[in-house]
Amino acid sequence: MSAPCLQVDDLHVKYPIGASAFGKPKWLHAVNGVSLRIDPGETLGLVGESGSGKSTTGLAILRLVKPFSGSVRLGDTDVTRQSNAGLRGLRRRMQIVFQDPYSSLNPSMTVEQLLDEPLQIHAQMSKADRRAAIGGILEAVGLHAGYAARYPHEFSGGQRQRIAIARAMILYPELVILDEPVSALDVSTQSQILNLLKAIQDKSGTAFLLVAHDLAVVRLMSPRVAVMYLGEIVEEGPSSRVYDTPGHPYTAALISAIPFPDPVRQRSAERLILRGDLPSLMNPPSGCRFRTRCPFAMDVCATEAPPRVPIDGGGVAACHLHAHGPRLAGRSVQTLLAARTAEARSVAMARTP
Amino acid sequence: MDHGIASAGSGGKLLEIRDLVVQYPSTNGWLTVVDHVSISVGRNDIVCIVGESGSGKSVTVQAALGLVQPKGGRVRSGSVKFDGQELVGMSNRQLNRIRGDAVGFIFQEPMSSLNPAYTVGDQIAEVVRRHRGVSRQDAWKRAVAVMDRVHIASAASRANDYPHQFSGGMRQRVMIAMAIACDPRLLIADEPTTALDVTIQARILEVLEELQAESGMSVLFITHDLGVVAEIARSVVVMYGAQVVEAAPVDELFRNPRHPYTSGLLEAMPQVALDRGHAPVAIPGVVAQAHAWPKGCRFHPRCGYCQPEICAVAPVPLVPDDHGYVRCSRASELRSVLGKAATERTIPVMT
Repeated sequence: MSAPCLQVDDLHVKYPIGASAFGKPKWLHAVNGVSLRIDPGETLGLVGESGSGKSTTGLAILRLVKPFSGSVRLGDTDVTRQSNAGLRGLRRRMQIVFQDPYSSLNPSMTVEQLLDEPLQIHAQMSKADRRAAIGGILEAVGLHAGYAARYPHEFSGGQRQRIAIARAMILYPELVILDEPVSALDVSTQSQILNLLKAIQDKSGTAFLLVAHDLAVVRLMSPRVAVMYLGEIVEEGPSSRVYDTPGHPYTAALISAIPFPDPVRQRSAERLILRGDLPSLMNPPSGCRFRTRCPFAMDVCATEAPPRVPIDGGGVAACHLHAHGPRLAGRSVQTLLAARTAEARSVAMARTP
Repeated sequence: MDHGIASAGSGGKLLEIRDLVVQYPSTNGWLTVVDHVSISVGRNDIVCIVGESGSGKSVTVQAALGLVQPKGGRVRSGSVKFDGQELVGMSNRQLNRIRGDAVGFIFQEPMSSLNPAYTVGDQIAEVVRRHRGVSRQDAWKRAVAVMDRVHIASAASRANDYPHQFSGGMRQRVMIAMAIACDPRLLIADEPTTALDVTIQARILEVLEELQAESGMSVLFITHDLGVVAEIARSVVVMYGAQVVEAAPVDELFRNPRHPYTSGLLEAMPQVALDRGHAPVAIPGVVAQAHAWPKGCRFHPRCGYCQPEICAVAPVPLVPDDHGYVRCSRASELRSVLGKAATERTIPVMT
């Protein structure tokens, strides 16, 4: 096995929020023991709803928020133990593209200035070389070199996201965190950006951590995916397996919630709609954190943390259903859904005379 | 069959927007942001307007109910009939009697539509008191009843809570409760699920469909997501560049899109690409803007089927065809090509 580009072990991020009546500090546990690995040139998808801790995980990897405990290693460098000076050197090796290209670009800088800044800070290059590098990266992201003198407000959302990608890529980092890179864009331009990111990765060999709420986007872009719920990874594995035969009921609910653009198929689709809201991170449910919204919750789910079970076809899921109740033992939770639908049908049949 | 377009034969519809032209001021004079748009919503119907940012989908509906004038816009021409009554030219006072009563609204951002200083029960009850003139007690009872109808658990006590005490999905349900508090005949939902997670979106759509089926109210639903359209719509109006480019019953629109833009939007969706096992087919270029509409067909600079000598010359009219309306000079030639793409996209469903 080759050395990973990124190795995250048992990462915890906690925010202190005031103190209880007795002066004991209260903590919001945003990321609770996340472990990840990304190989060089690979894309790992990280999906979940808002409040799942997926973005915080991305920020903690870059140390834009400080981890409480755990380790983050980029190549052979321990990111969590770097001084500020050491972090500055790491910035050229890992970068981020944010969700909103309207607020992530400085409106008073031209495109050329925006792209020149990282080169000035990190690369000892002559002015002519920097200019050539800027022309090259603009071409790579599909923007005309003549746009270099323009300001961000002169561009559409999709074009701004191209500028943000150019800025993240101009130092050829080892890792780029893509935090919801297309969700603020128009539908017709989203796939332009997805295709662009793939093309750039093919040429540069950069590893991506793609943080997104849309499982379909993640499935398209990354061969492996990890699903987060309330600060924990509940399932991970090859994207095709996770998408086609999910081992965790939360993953199944996420997939079935994406409406498919075909009304006939949509009407006949098996739906798993979650009731209730995301519980508070201040006071997460005991045992399995998903149990309050899980349609298959059992007694054991409230008392014991779920074990990580290998799933048929690769990867793992943290769910009691594999060892208790229906004892799925690695089979997809969709077998339960199908059984439930069949039961509902037979009940309906029995009612009609 | 209903196709969502107001035409000579669609009299008696609940909402009939005909040839609406809306303009906003700019440094270069008035910009036309809604260009001769006609939309009709029947009784007990769900019509979706789908389009990207800048397509004019929201402004059309806001203008129809007199909501663009306060923002500096104007209705240049056209007619909007609600239940036979002309709304264009009506005073704000008269419109206020319709808005919130016979017509309910839900917007994208529930937090900015709710007053943080009042309990949600008070806010819903105020709508009821204003339009129905009932006692405070009865209005409060009604508020609790509608909160219960949108499945907010223990509605009687939650009515005493403030907006910040609700999650995003719950707030949107509070908004729905407020919108249906006076039993509207028409519910206008402007991107009501765009700011929500997919799991919450699924639940909101389920609640909306249930309420529609129970009450028989009509719904005009504005969205950019064709997946949501497939879930909820009965007929669909597609807008691009301030104009309607296609309108059809929902199954027809997805199975036989007649406009290259509609077809392109479908091809660009990640789920479709996944299904077919290749990269999503992007629509090149950028969305057309009001200060520089392309000459001829407004989609032609981005269209893979464009023939400049046909498409880039004169404005293209919206013409009726056997399933609805389409605005494309090459529509009849492209029928089989776009239809074939659609057949490959959709898989037969076993029944």
